[in-house]
Amino acid sequence: MTSSTVTPPAGRVTAPRRRRADDVAGLGKARAGLFVAPALIIIGIFLLFPAVWTVWLGMTDYRLTGLQAASPEFVGLENYTEALTDPAFWNSLWLTLIFVVASGIVGQTLIGFGLAWSVRNITGWVKALIEGLVLAAWVIPASVASFLWLALLDRRTGTVNALLGTEGAAWLIDHPMEAIILFNIWVGTAFSMQLFSSALSAVPPSQIESAKMVGASGWQQLRDVIVPNIKGHILTNTLLITLWTFNTFTPYLVTAGGPNGKTEILSVYIYETAIPGGQLGLGAAISLIMLLINLVIALGYVRVAQGRRKR
Amino acid sequence: MIHHSRRGIVAAFAVATASALVLAGCSGEAQPEETEDGPVTLTITANAITGGKNAAEADWIADWVIPQFEAAMEEEGRDVTVEFEPQGVDDENYKTKIALDLQSGEGADIIGMDGIWVGEFAEAGYIKPLSEVAGDAVDDWEGWEQIPEAVQAAVSFDDERYGVPQGADGRVLYYNKTLFEQAGLPADWQPESWDDVLDAARDLKQVEGVTPIQLNAGTAMGEATTMQGLLPLIVGTGEQVYEDGEWLGDSDGLRDALDLYKTIYIDEGLGDAVLQQEAAGRDTSFQLFAQNQIGILLEGDYFWRSVINPAEGVGTAPMADRDTVVGYAKIPAMEPGSGIEGQDFVSMSGGTGRVLNPNSEHPELAWELLAFMNSAEAYEERNATTISITPRTDVNDAILSEDPMLTFVSEEVLPVTAYRPPLAAYPQVSTALQQATLDVVSGSSVDDAMSAYVDAVTDIVGEDAVAGN
Repeated sequence: MTSSTVTPPAGRVTAPRRRRADDVAGLGKARAGLFVAPALIIIGIFLLFPAVWTVWLGMTDYRLTGLQAASPEFVGLENYTEALTDPAFWNSLWLTLIFVVASGIVGQTLIGFGLAWSVRNITGWVKALIEGLVLAAWVIPASVASFLWLALLDRRTGTVNALLGTEGAAWLIDHPMEAIILFNIWVGTAFSMQLFSSALSAVPPSQIESAKMVGASGWQQLRDVIVPNIKGHILTNTLLITLWTFNTFTPYLVTAGGPNGKTEILSVYIYETAIPGGQLGLGAAISLIMLLINLVIALGYVRVAQGRRKR
Repeated sequence: MIHHSRRGIVAAFAVATASALVLAGCSGEAQPEETEDGPVTLTITANAITGGKNAAEADWIADWVIPQFEAAMEEEGRDVTVEFEPQGVDDENYKTKIALDLQSGEGADIIGMDGIWVGEFAEAGYIKPLSEVAGDAVDDWEGWEQIPEAVQAAVSFDDERYGVPQGADGRVLYYNKTLFEQAGLPADWQPESWDDVLDAARDLKQVEGVTPIQLNAGTAMGEATTMQGLLPLIVGTGEQVYEDGEWLGDSDGLRDALDLYKTIYIDEGLGDAVLQQEAAGRDTSFQLFAQNQIGILLEGDYFWRSVINPAEGVGTAPMADRDTVVGYAKIPAMEPGSGIEGQDFVSMSGGTGRVLNPNSEHPELAWELLAFMNSAEAYEERNATTISITPRTDVNDAILSEDPMLTFVSEEVLPVTAYRPPLAAYPQVSTALQQATLDVVSGSSVDDAMSAYVDAVTDIVGEDAVAGN
């Protein structure tokens, strides 16, 4: 951070230094390339090849079973037009947006920050207990967590119905989106909490003390001292949470995309299309669309981050 | 120089390691060469698991088939180990799993599957005709003479045998005699029309805490919705899902069937519509029936044998008083005489079977095992605890009289039953039909559900192949 804000002196003086930085080990390009080659080959095989393969699959009518499984035909962009004109796809994208905003950006980030903020001055066992409970939700395997939630929300023998006296309320049928949003907040808040906890502890106490001395209220301290100090963390956290929430498949274990597609977020929609639905070609096409959306989110983040650094 | 060459070696080593990794990833596990007499391992997979789904079949494979076959092989001086890979999941998930296994050239040597998947698996090249996989021994097998053509057809495609059927089944209306008594209905019940069924359901509605009727609907139940729901209704209107080279389109019969769903679930609240949308709805319907909370349930004889069977470790929702409390009746046509072929009563039959994996390394031996599993002796053992209708006439003649329910299916239901079209497109059309029932039970109008169905089926098979277009 500091080095990039220092304006490098222009001219010859820095030139040789830069050259040396390009080739610290003195290997030369060819030999350096050989060293990187294994990594590149592995990335190529396991990352690039599947991506290219997905592009190719997305342009065929390949299916899991039947004639098109034995001899798929090239259909060009048909899968993409089919996906983009299918109301089910747009519905799924819309559900994904709601899911990401409500459970990821708003839910996990705000609650995570709120928890980190409220336990920052507590010490001892209370803090350990709160952090432990939140972390527990994060470390429990997804399959176990989803089973817990099924038991919690079950229509006939669910804990929630027993506690609230709402016997027979089918939460997962009547409020499926709310259920998976709460579920995802529960699962993921620990990450934000931990990240913000460490960010808050890095805020210089002198700045907070100065703010207090000039009579800043709690809200003013938060707005003018804390947030400017942890902006980078907020950005990183938001990006990671957005991408994770966008790509998560765990809600499938709770609602299986149902009832009638009401919780079919994009990852679930692709799975339903490609595997049980057997339309691997169409599934690949939608996967590529999803990949592009991921790239756009990541690029957007990089731009914002760069803009911050320039300032 | 030494300096340089060492670097070169390091780099070359790194590249070699990477390519070795890559090659290992591509070729899968290396298989040691095996001679004819060396130790051989065969695997069987089925959607059956001890203590869970189809437990009787799983126990039979693990406790009888495997030890008996291994012993028989040992007598011939061959070292054969047989492994069973149990599964206990929804049929749709099981189908996905074996499709992926076969697609990647892996999978068990003997695979249990629903007969209706045979078409699409065969077209995909995942499975091959038995005689192509295992040679002449297949056609010489004594068992074929004992298995009626119609039963063989359940796991055949394009007039070729792809597997050995495991049996025949039929669908009936199960009803709870205790609840019927409370509702003032006769213990010996046989409805003659859909209206009779609805009337009984209306009487049952007066009994507190009881869901009068549960008619499978929705996509979560998969093929159970079509086989134990919509298809028996459609044949009761005199129509079929595939007839004269055309698939069912917007027709009076389908409309009547969807109307019945609407009457039961929406208009009169005779069934629990929410249950049909739950992810584990079918299992829940089994539990509720076993707990005397559902009056009437349309199910196959599987329900009698493997779900409410009180024998220890056999049923997934055992009913201790099954034989006295649970009644069964033939499924009526919409009105007397309105069923296919002018029938008063209808049913649907399918059949599961076992196929050979074409990727098997020991196809001939796998066939020996498969034939062994389908020998008369094996079926007698299989039916020692739970009786089911076997594919073999010789065995059926000997055992069926022991179980009144299966005698009923064999004598009363199988003569009026219908089969699904053995075509690769059927499973997709079936999904479209399931979606139509889901639309209706979640509140759409029959018109909307119908037009969505017609769009879907047109997409699947093309406009010319849909009746009424």
